[in-house]
Amino acid sequence: MADATTVKEKAEQEVRMVDIYVTGKRYKVPEGLTIQTALEYCGYNIIRSCGCRAGFCGACSTIYNFTHDPTIRYGLACQTRVEQDMVITQIPFFPAAQALYNLEDLKPEEGENKLLTLYPDIIICFGCNNCTKTCPQDLEVMEFISDAIRGDIEKVYQKSFDCLMCGLCAARCPQGLQPYNIALAARRLRGAHLTTRSQHNEDRIKEIEKGKFDAAIEKLKKADEAELRRMYAAREIEPAL
Amino acid sequence: MPYPAYMEESIHKVAATRPSRLEETFSRIPQAEREDLVNEFHPDYKKEYLRELKIGPNKGSLAPDEIADLLEGNSRIDPDEVNLDDVDYDVDVLVIGCGGAGGAAALLAEENGARVLLATKLRLGDANTVGAQAGTQAADRPNDSPLLHYLDVMGGGHFTNDPDLVEALVKDAPDAIRWLESLGVNWDKEPDGSYHELSGGGTCRRRMHSCRDYTGLEEMRVIRDEIRQRHMHGRTLDFVEFQPAIELILDDKGQVAGAILMNLETREMTIVRAKAVVIATGGMGRIHIQGFPTTNHYGATADGLVLAYRVGCPLIHIDTMQYHPTGAAFPVQILGLLITEKVRTLGAQVINRDGDQFVHPLEARDTEASAIIRECKQRGKGITTPTEEIGVWLDSPMIDIIRGEGTIARELPAMVRQFARFDIDITKVPMLVYPTLHYQNGGIMIKADASAPVPGLFAAGECEGGVHGRNRLIGNSTLDLFVFGRRAGKSAAKWAKEVKLGKFTLDHVRKWQREIKEAGLESRPVSPMLLPNYAKHEKPVPGFQPLGEATAYTPFGDATSRWI
Ligand SMILES: Cc1cc2nc3c(=O)[nH]c(=O)nc-3n(C[C@H](O)[C@H](O)[C@H](O)COP(=O)(O)OP(=O)(O)OC[C@H]3O[C@@H](n4cnc5c(N)ncnc54)[C@H](O)[C@@H]3O)c2cc1C
Ligand code: FES
Repeated sequence: MADATTVKEKAEQEVRMVDIYVTGKRYKVPEGLTIQTALEYCGYNIIRSCGCRAGFCGACSTIYNFTHDPTIRYGLACQTRVEQDMVITQIPFFPAAQALYNLEDLKPEEGENKLLTLYPDIIICFGCNNCTKTCPQDLEVMEFISDAIRGDIEKVYQKSFDCLMCGLCAARCPQGLQPYNIALAARRLRGAHLTTRSQHNEDRIKEIEKGKFDAAIEKLKKADEAELRRMYAAREIEPAL
Repeated sequence: MPYPAYMEESIHKVAATRPSRLEETFSRIPQAEREDLVNEFHPDYKKEYLRELKIGPNKGSLAPDEIADLLEGNSRIDPDEVNLDDVDYDVDVLVIGCGGAGGAAALLAEENGARVLLATKLRLGDANTVGAQAGTQAADRPNDSPLLHYLDVMGGGHFTNDPDLVEALVKDAPDAIRWLESLGVNWDKEPDGSYHELSGGGTCRRRMHSCRDYTGLEEMRVIRDEIRQRHMHGRTLDFVEFQPAIELILDDKGQVAGAILMNLETREMTIVRAKAVVIATGGMGRIHIQGFPTTNHYGATADGLVLAYRVGCPLIHIDTMQYHPTGAAFPVQILGLLITEKVRTLGAQVINRDGDQFVHPLEARDTEASAIIRECKQRGKGITTPTEEIGVWLDSPMIDIIRGEGTIARELPAMVRQFARFDIDITKVPMLVYPTLHYQNGGIMIKADASAPVPGLFAAGECEGGVHGRNRLIGNSTLDLFVFGRRAGKSAAKWAKEVKLGKFTLDHVRKWQREIKEAGLESRPVSPMLLPNYAKHEKPVPGFQPLGEATAYTPFGDATSRWI
């Protein structure tokens, strides 16, 4: 299938190998691999530090810098490409504490900040912004901690929603806070208590409980394939929105 | 320019046809033609990759080679070396696997009075569930009904689904959504509280409930937290991570009575006695059927099928896999990863190298995937990448054109982020896509109460079969998890209260090994596979015993020379 230009392009491309240092030990790997696949290329059988392999689970938190540049950087191993002279270590687990709660009891009274009750320590945040700089999802972590201190649950939800809970922010917090757990509590509280219930859904659940569709479903279940196919083909399709 | 220079001409053609495509509605493929297309181009229908199973409850029926190898595999244990009296956990319900289905089952079993152990292979929630982006179906809008949902599910599954299971799926759906919300899941909503729902491939109504494009992540974060909270509160719900099940234990009456777990790091075994077992181990993408890349997480290796098969549990529709139409074909670092169907739901069209549409963007998945394969393999209208992958364009910029600037950024943050990491701005340029191994349509046979044919065994989620027939529709799997996960938890707790267990035994494993020998299958791999073996060793490694098998696919390509 490859056309002439593709083949030519390819011939011109040489594999460049780069040096990387896995927990200090040097390996040569092809440029372009992600840190995760580079480790496998080096012969490592990964057990920890690997989940979705797609940037969705936060299992593969990684800290790196370069032999020539000591600045510490952070990333997801499955989403970060290796570069020359990269020095890599993974943080598969971080022992962050979590508040104990019953979601039921989190229902806030007027003017009450439940997050402060659960995580009273958040007020000791001194704004170093390490958490934000660390976040592999580029979330405004320190900002949502300020929102949490003010009890602005909606903002915490908005700003923290894409959190993978990789734990790097907690690992870097000099005050020992756990921003990702705090945000999780805020989001659960919002989902369960601060949004309006869907009337349609409540109505539908009641209809189903009352057996409104039972006879018709029974009929569908008994219908032969030809009949089902006919009904299927006759469905009116709602536009996509 | 993020794409190689030679692709630019084709990308310009795509841009050039946007104004005319704004007007154009590509018609859907009629039913009869659809079946021909699928027959000719869908990977499931390639006979050379299927074979007859020689032993076990599905003996004589077909399975893909890679699954057959594992189903006919050797046990990881020697029954004579295991002391079943040396019990580490004695519980009512053991749940194997913590994705959405296992998590829901564990919560419900505990609520129904059982002492529960949840054993999982990686961390809690490292599962296919976190990858689900697009959403979860439930027919709750006034113009929708469980009946229409039923028809969609059956049609999508080519009318091969088990009607009882479909009924359970569509009737429990609205309550599953409410249940998740009551645990703190933040559904996308309209200001009046009603859900913001989109259509999906094969749905006749807008019925997809989403949480931005992190739906599964949100569902999983919440369920995992609830499990931890209940555990911390000292309720009867315990969990172990990095400790997969490698074999089930039976009693002398043939009832399921527990499982043997293995610590992935020390490889020590743990004996769990349980009055009921729920298998919720998810899918099989990492066995890379026909060498396809996959959207699945690292631990998706069909373990649950193997566990169930060895205790004599039949499997259903095990010869059919779902290839998601739009896996990333470029850049190679994200090869095979999912580009959510929501991209098409929002208006992105599927375009060939000449800039033309060749298929309606929202056909059922098998049809959409087959059309893309045909466009590339038969009609020669795909684009070849520098690593010899092939693909067609998914024209994401159309979304902002149709729905206004900012829509992509708002609705698809995960996709934007994933491509931006490789310098591709999907609000400006299309993505290159090709079908990728995505979902196991069939699996462990169950009834509507999630019980399997072997007494004491229950199954929920992607590892079971029958619900979706031969093809699952988008949004019905994450629904399946919370419908059958909850049912399994409840049923297992109930069964545990009633059952009287006899003497524990591993005779079924002895019998299995005899059958393997008689059938001349000793050279089969050990299974369950647990993890794929992607480690590359240039020289032999003395005494190296990988956890799992090497697959036809390696994450760094066939040869280093393929790398750019
Ligand atoms: C990228 C992606 C996107 C998707 N998008 C959607 C969508 O938008 N809508 C939708 O409805 N569906 C979607 N799906 C499908 C859906 O997410 C999955 O089918 C579903 O989440 C499977 O859930 P599960 O609980 O059955 O399995 P999983 O979530 O995979 O969980 C299985 C768990 O079992 C563990 N396990 C495996 N083997 C063992 C063992 N031997 N012992 C112990 N534990 C074990 C695994 O580690 C894992 O934790 C998507 C799937 C993927 C991969
Ligand atoms: S492995 Fe899941 S985020 Fe990297």
